[in-house]
Amino acid sequence: MLLYTLRRILYAVPIALAVSLVCFMLVHIAPGDPIDAILPPDASAETVALVRKDYGLDKPLPVQFGLWLAHVVQGDFGRSIANRRLVADELVSAASKTFILATTAASLGFVIGCILGGLAGAFRGTLIDRAAVSFAVGGVSVPHYWLGMVLVIIFSVTLGWLPSMSAGPGDWAWDWLHIRHLILPAITLSVIPAGLVTRTVRGVVVEILSQDFMTTLRGKGLRRLMLTVHVMKNAAPTALAVMGLQLGYLMGGSILVETVFAWPGTGMMLNQAIFQRDIPVLQGTTLVLAMIFVALNLLVDLIQTALDPRMRRT
Amino acid sequence: MRDDLLVLARDLRVKFTTGVNAVNGVDFDLRQREVLCILGESGSGKSVTLRALMRLNPPTKTIMSGTLELGGRDVVQASENEMSDLRGPFVSMIFQEPMTALDPVFTIGRQITETILRHENISRRKARRRALELLELVQIPSAKRRLDAYPHELSGGLRQRAMIAIALSCRPKLLLADEPTTALDASVQIQILLLLREIQQELGMGMIFVTHDLGVAGEVADRIAVMYAGRFIEEGPVADLMRQPLHPYAKGLLGATVHEGSRGKRLTTIPGAPPDLRDLPGGCAFAPRCTEAEGACLAHLPELRTPVPDRAARCIHVDDRPAAFGERLAS
Amino acid sequence: MLHIDQPEDRGGPAQPLVIARGLAKYFPLKRGLFGSGGAVKAVDGLDLEIKKGETLAIVGESGCGKSTVSRLLMGLIPPTAGEVLFDGELVGSAALPAKEYLRQVQMVFQDSYASLNPRLSIEESIAFPPMVHGLGRTEAVERAHDLLDAVGLAPGLFAGRYPHELSGGQRQRINIARALALRPRLIILDEPVSALDKSVEAQVLNLLMDLKEQFGLTYLFISHDLNVVHHVADRVLVMYLGRAAEIGPVESIFAAPGHPYTRGLLASRLSMDPTKRRKTPPLTGDPPNPVNPPPGCRFNTRCPIAEPVCSNSQPNLAAIGHTIHALGHEAACWALVPGSGHSLATRKVA
Repeated sequence: MLLYTLRRILYAVPIALAVSLVCFMLVHIAPGDPIDAILPPDASAETVALVRKDYGLDKPLPVQFGLWLAHVVQGDFGRSIANRRLVADELVSAASKTFILATTAASLGFVIGCILGGLAGAFRGTLIDRAAVSFAVGGVSVPHYWLGMVLVIIFSVTLGWLPSMSAGPGDWAWDWLHIRHLILPAITLSVIPAGLVTRTVRGVVVEILSQDFMTTLRGKGLRRLMLTVHVMKNAAPTALAVMGLQLGYLMGGSILVETVFAWPGTGMMLNQAIFQRDIPVLQGTTLVLAMIFVALNLLVDLIQTALDPRMRRT
Repeated sequence: MRDDLLVLARDLRVKFTTGVNAVNGVDFDLRQREVLCILGESGSGKSVTLRALMRLNPPTKTIMSGTLELGGRDVVQASENEMSDLRGPFVSMIFQEPMTALDPVFTIGRQITETILRHENISRRKARRRALELLELVQIPSAKRRLDAYPHELSGGLRQRAMIAIALSCRPKLLLADEPTTALDASVQIQILLLLREIQQELGMGMIFVTHDLGVAGEVADRIAVMYAGRFIEEGPVADLMRQPLHPYAKGLLGATVHEGSRGKRLTTIPGAPPDLRDLPGGCAFAPRCTEAEGACLAHLPELRTPVPDRAARCIHVDDRPAAFGERLAS
Repeated sequence: MLHIDQPEDRGGPAQPLVIARGLAKYFPLKRGLFGSGGAVKAVDGLDLEIKKGETLAIVGESGCGKSTVSRLLMGLIPPTAGEVLFDGELVGSAALPAKEYLRQVQMVFQDSYASLNPRLSIEESIAFPPMVHGLGRTEAVERAHDLLDAVGLAPGLFAGRYPHELSGGQRQRINIARALALRPRLIILDEPVSALDKSVEAQVLNLLMDLKEQFGLTYLFISHDLNVVHHVADRVLVMYLGRAAEIGPVESIFAAPGHPYTRGLLASRLSMDPTKRRKTPPLTGDPPNPVNPPPGCRFNTRCPIAEPVCSNSQPNLAAIGHTIHALGHEAACWALVPGSGHSLATRKVA
């Protein structure tokens, strides 16, 4: 198991390198000069050259990549072009906010999905099943920025129960003052994973229930609760795999929702960086998000292997 | 007198909501220490009959009727809770494919102990010790290590032994076996059959074996029941039935079985195919394929005839005067 | 117009139809990017002859390599080593290109359903192979109807049906008809009756015997059922973990098996006489995993007469028969090799 873990981590290194190269290149391949975003359009050629040199934008691309990578490895993502602050500091603050939102939404989605999917699978063909499947289809299909806006209209504008903007004053804390800011974006974000998990768990449960060993277990006189434990342990690897991937998407893919709710996370940071052509911020954020995705994939693989004895190797 | 009766079935019927009439009136008794083999081809209803004894057919899709008692307790009317109390301590089952019949993500030891803990009020440690004894009883080498093994880590023969250990974990009075050796290699098959017979005698269990293979019946059975289209068409002691079957279908099945001495000869075959269980013909279900059939066969279902005590067949050509049967045997 | 008929007999009756020499197939085990995990030696150095017009049966338990042999002969997988001669010509040489060889060898599998295309009607399934080989549509369909007749299914009733509308026995008849469509000389039957009910098994076995006469066929019959093998085969090859344990005429092998494994297998057959039941199984344990075959004779871990010599080196097939009926009866066992050091072997005559 240890050997397997080490090997899997080793496999992740080339992927991480490739990802960082793509991150680095994407910004340079995109049309438009980042200098235009910093300096006024009438800046003199001298000023442009000076700033360009200052940011290292005058060097050949491979050298830029090498320098950038060397800094990145030490946790130095440079300074933002737009506000001159350290990208690393900004990232830590934003990523932790996004992490709070994403894990809350993912857990919510996972719990809802497991319950609905489990019920749907156990009572296949009944009204419960049809209701759960409809929810799953709806959850996957509805555009979540639209759902976010609808929730804002209902709960913030009309009823005035919950705030519609920001993550609350100052640093994050798990108190009602802050949590009330979390509720609406988390619900909005949880809909897609909830739908996907429902669908997956339903399929897995239906399959498990049709297996021969379920007859064996019933034949041993096991009660419903014990049968459920068997079904859960068999379903867990698949359900967790889907959830892990969803968490990855949520970490990076909440740009729209974070923007709708003005949640100060990586999504909003990315959104601003794109409009301001803030290359260091773009690169740093994309890279960190991609690394989180790679790490989550790795984690999912390892957890799956630990849970399913058939996948275990030396 | 009826104290040692493990199973009592009268006009047992199992119908599925799909319209399939799988079991169409089965009568039999099984006493303690008795081994009955239900012999039949695919679609004869043998597996459904076996599962019906434990009510393991899919609950929402199965309609059971008639009388079925296990140790005096009504199985047809029992609640699900009452049924699950019977499963394990009174009756348990082993299956054809040990790979799929065992939960792949639980260890063998866990799958035994959970059964014991469900039915008996003992400590986890004691249950584990019993599990170890069971693995030794079914002759699994290095049993202690195998307690913590997962099913996929065992060979086919060991998996089936583990399956048997699970079935025996609460010392059942009645063991049901659904083609337990069909998926195994020849040299392993005989090991498992001999093991089952040995354990059955040692523990004094009743056993019902479902098989399509006459040879399996020859190795383990006291009595054989031949099943066709959901009915027992013949029943009798194993040696008598294998030596001289009464029913034309049983005769056909024996003739079609490849055995020593059939080399170079054409095998006798049974023409036609089994009937559609959705739409059974009235009368004898075998009549359309039977070379001895006549009008009366299709008119109504032949009654069970008893030419000699202990033997019975559902065929109008079987003479139920013992004297006449003796003459036929002699000729 | 093109005709697809059975090719002429080139080598004459004394020329074996198939000669396989040193046939081997190793399946490499993948263990990720780093390091390879050795190989499964599914077939490990097998010599084999199939005479014209005979039925050679291969018997053995799971992992013995019998199915790999059939796939090697069918060209479905490339061999790791060894060569195959068909009617005296090297398969793949200019005299016998692979395509021409494959037309003369056909196969029938155990799973009658999986080997038929569910979207083709019975008629199309049978007519397809000859059409691929250039036979005109009308002739191919006509041939399909003749073959349906030959396998005992009325063409008028069955030609337009689809595989799922048939019973297992009927589908296996279709597979046999399709195998015959290219007028092959050798048919490889891989457990053809194992999935069938006993009464249907008898029908299909009878049919196979009839067709062999009618079409002048040679059979390679792979089975785990010794009773069936005894019924159909002329010669038997017993395999264990990728190696030949014993080969010989069916009567000689069944009457006087030379290899302890063959003896064990034969004794493992279920007796049809309930009055003579045995107490102890002839063999113990399961067939070992072919990934790590034991050194020396591969059977030594389960052999009742194993001695030190057996785990030291691997015995080869050697003649054991001394009567006319046992001609060609060979077994690979140190107990039968004079001077091998096994206590049951005769001392070498100096």
